[in-house]
Amino acid sequence: MKTFKSIFTAALILGAAVVATTSANAAGEVEKPTRQSWSFGGPFGKFDRGQLQRGFQVYREVCAACHTLNKVAFRNLADKGGPEFSDSQIKALAAEYKIKDFDDKGEPIERDGRAADRFPKLFVNSDAAAAVHGVAPPDFSVIAKARGYSRGFPLFILDAFPGMAYQEHGVDYVAALLTGYTKPDDLNWNKYFPGHAIKMAKPLSADQVAYADGTPTTEAQYAKDVSAFLYWAAEPKMEERKRTGLNVMLFLLVFAGLMYFTKKKIWADAH
Amino acid sequence: MSGHSTYVPQSAIGRWFESRLPILGLMHGSFVSYPTPRNLNYMWTFGAMLSFMLVAQIITGIVLAMHYTPHVDFAFASVEHIMRDVNWGWFMRYAHANGASMFFIAVYMHMFRGLYYGSYKAPREVLWILGVIIFLLMMATAFMGYVLPWGQMSFWGATVITNLFSAIPLVGEAITTWLWGGYSVDNPTLNRFFSLHYLLPFMLVGIVILHVWALHVVGQNNPAGVEVKNVQRDTLAFTPYATAKDSFALVLFLIVFAWFIFYVPNYLGHADNYIEANPLVTPAHIVPEWYFLPFYAILRAIPSKLGGVVAMFGSIAVLAFLPWLDTSKVKSASFRPVYKVFFWVFVLVSIGLGYLGAMPAEGGYVIAARILTAYYFGFFLLIMPLLGMFETPKAVPATIADAVLAKRGNVVMNPAE
Amino acid sequence: MSESTFVEPTRRDMLYIATGAFAAVGAGAVVWPFISQMNPDASTVALASTEVDIAAIPEGGILTVKWRGKPVFIRHRTKKEIEEAVTTPIASLPDPQTDQARVKKADWLVVVGVCTHLGCVPLGAPGSRGDYDGWFCPCHGSHYDTSGRIRRGPAPTNLVVPQYDFLTDTKLRIG
Repeated sequence: MKTFKSIFTAALILGAAVVATTSANAAGEVEKPTRQSWSFGGPFGKFDRGQLQRGFQVYREVCAACHTLNKVAFRNLADKGGPEFSDSQIKALAAEYKIKDFDDKGEPIERDGRAADRFPKLFVNSDAAAAVHGVAPPDFSVIAKARGYSRGFPLFILDAFPGMAYQEHGVDYVAALLTGYTKPDDLNWNKYFPGHAIKMAKPLSADQVAYADGTPTTEAQYAKDVSAFLYWAAEPKMEERKRTGLNVMLFLLVFAGLMYFTKKKIWADAH
Repeated sequence: MSGHSTYVPQSAIGRWFESRLPILGLMHGSFVSYPTPRNLNYMWTFGAMLSFMLVAQIITGIVLAMHYTPHVDFAFASVEHIMRDVNWGWFMRYAHANGASMFFIAVYMHMFRGLYYGSYKAPREVLWILGVIIFLLMMATAFMGYVLPWGQMSFWGATVITNLFSAIPLVGEAITTWLWGGYSVDNPTLNRFFSLHYLLPFMLVGIVILHVWALHVVGQNNPAGVEVKNVQRDTLAFTPYATAKDSFALVLFLIVFAWFIFYVPNYLGHADNYIEANPLVTPAHIVPEWYFLPFYAILRAIPSKLGGVVAMFGSIAVLAFLPWLDTSKVKSASFRPVYKVFFWVFVLVSIGLGYLGAMPAEGGYVIAARILTAYYFGFFLLIMPLLGMFETPKAVPATIADAVLAKRGNVVMNPAE
Repeated sequence: MSESTFVEPTRRDMLYIATGAFAAVGAGAVVWPFISQMNPDASTVALASTEVDIAAIPEGGILTVKWRGKPVFIRHRTKKEIEEAVTTPIASLPDPQTDQARVKKADWLVVVGVCTHLGCVPLGAPGSRGDYDGWFCPCHGSHYDTSGRIRRGPAPTNLVVPQYDFLTDTKLRIG
């Protein structure tokens, strides 16, 4: 047993040494985004409707000039667990978009959008987008899940555990990126972007979008709202998922208790 | 062990049927009256969880296949369609994706248990080798499944892994081209991976049946590592004892599974896989799924292309030779004080390799990976054969019943100590 | 003594029953998503209505449009066809229904183009409209009249009238 313990300790020390040297190695890259507190974080998290609606407004008035939302349909904006716009708002919104379609003679036409349509593409493909913008601006449908950062060992392990669960790396990164243009003389320098040189020039500035609900129109507020909206766009079933999860968990915990006593009863006569 | 069943159905119809196709007797003999050693601990419940996961993956997989489109232009969008439009689609996909991880968690526990208690030793060699084949099939299935969403990690993972075969001298290039059905990973590759991803689980079912059959011929190993000598004293009937215990453990397992599905569904995934595949841009860090990381670290630890590939496949192949590499007469590590130490170091080394597999292949990481790789192979190829000759094992109980009595009457010997 | 031995098995049975019941409820709850996933998904449900421009359909012409994956016949009826449909004695019909109950405007008949027998698409081109000037299903010989009602053959009911509205005089929304 003694040998075991000493070897175990030796292994631990070796492991710690490996981790220490290697993490020192990896340090000195880009700064990690600040962890925000989101209404939708944690097992009971829910979206803030007002925030999603404001975020959509920012997306539409600022981001949508270059970034598409191809996987999201107009109707989704009225879905439960989302921004929950009214059906008539959705209809009016959809009609402002032109959708490529064919008429009954097979001729290509552009018709008014309907609730069932998805947000249209701005370019036929990414090559065409790159030709105009230099780099194709990414689609925003799942951007809040397609970006992220690692909190590094050992914090990343804790991210999985109840009480500490953290799934919002991507949305934190997006929010940080939007406020990461800290060099006033270089609008393409971003504190959080790998390599710092970002093609997208600083997109947000104060008082750019007029909020109807009296929320402060600051850059940080815009960044937070649009990030929250993009998280919803990436994970539109989040509220349904967490609600179902609660029921499943409660059920399983009670069931586990019952199974424990059942197993105990059955095994009582085994010895 | 299981022998011929003496089961007689109670109903007349049952007896009529049984005399024509004795399937009820087979079931009864395998899952009801089958004798299980009475000293099994909870490490023996992972077999049941693995059976559950295989079935769960097949069912959620069949559902996903109903809504998925295996075409490079539509695959990514069809997965998002599943997530957004299909009723309960988000549940199906998260259950399937996280299910793969749960499957591997269970299989690694199952394998480490076998390694600790010497479950590969005579007469269980065939049982063990079937297990290694199952593990290989699982890895192939999981790898192809990961390609299907057609994200950046799917694409580049597929590119890197299929390129492994190009290391084979002379025919390597031809084999990779053949695997791809083109000159790079593209639509033909996606299509055949989808087809095979659907096929392999059913081959798995076949091998699992052989695995369970082999198990029921030789009987289960147990923490004491001694064979059943007296069925009355040493064993308990599968039902209700093992059934109840497995069910309880399964519910606990399901709690962990549900936690991942409902609360941290993307924890085990990679953000880059939510970016649609782009053959012109490689992500900054290509990382396989966590369950491949130790093998990936071994691949990168060797500085030659062919050498790395050989080492990686060798690290799995070596498992098949364990029954003959381990020369010790004693099965259970509970009675092998020295082996036990090396075993736990091996566990740490495996975890360490997993960590290194996720790190960039540079500087200190590579050196660390080489040290750990050396231990990985040294454990199987040197320590196991030599220990059998030099180690003095502790006294092994004569029977399972003795082991149970010793444990209850005396100091509790925790096998996971 | 006897009391405790009596109580014990009852408590145990209760536990087994509770556990069994829980397992059954759980299994039942898990089955639902697997059934539900085969129902029409949100994108399919959202597409359940379609708008059609009918200005270009000449009198006597039939426009076939796709709605929910099935053909819908929009027929601009002639005076004669309306006359036939209205004057047919209801009592003689296999599935009695007045023409008024089947149209919103007498000029326009809108029916789902699926034979109510076994789901084939009836023919409606001039010359193959069957014995009653409506439609003729070639699969098993069902004849429909100019109101889409079954007149002869194995089909049990009239062609289905889908839900539709005239958005304007020339614009129709089906569904």
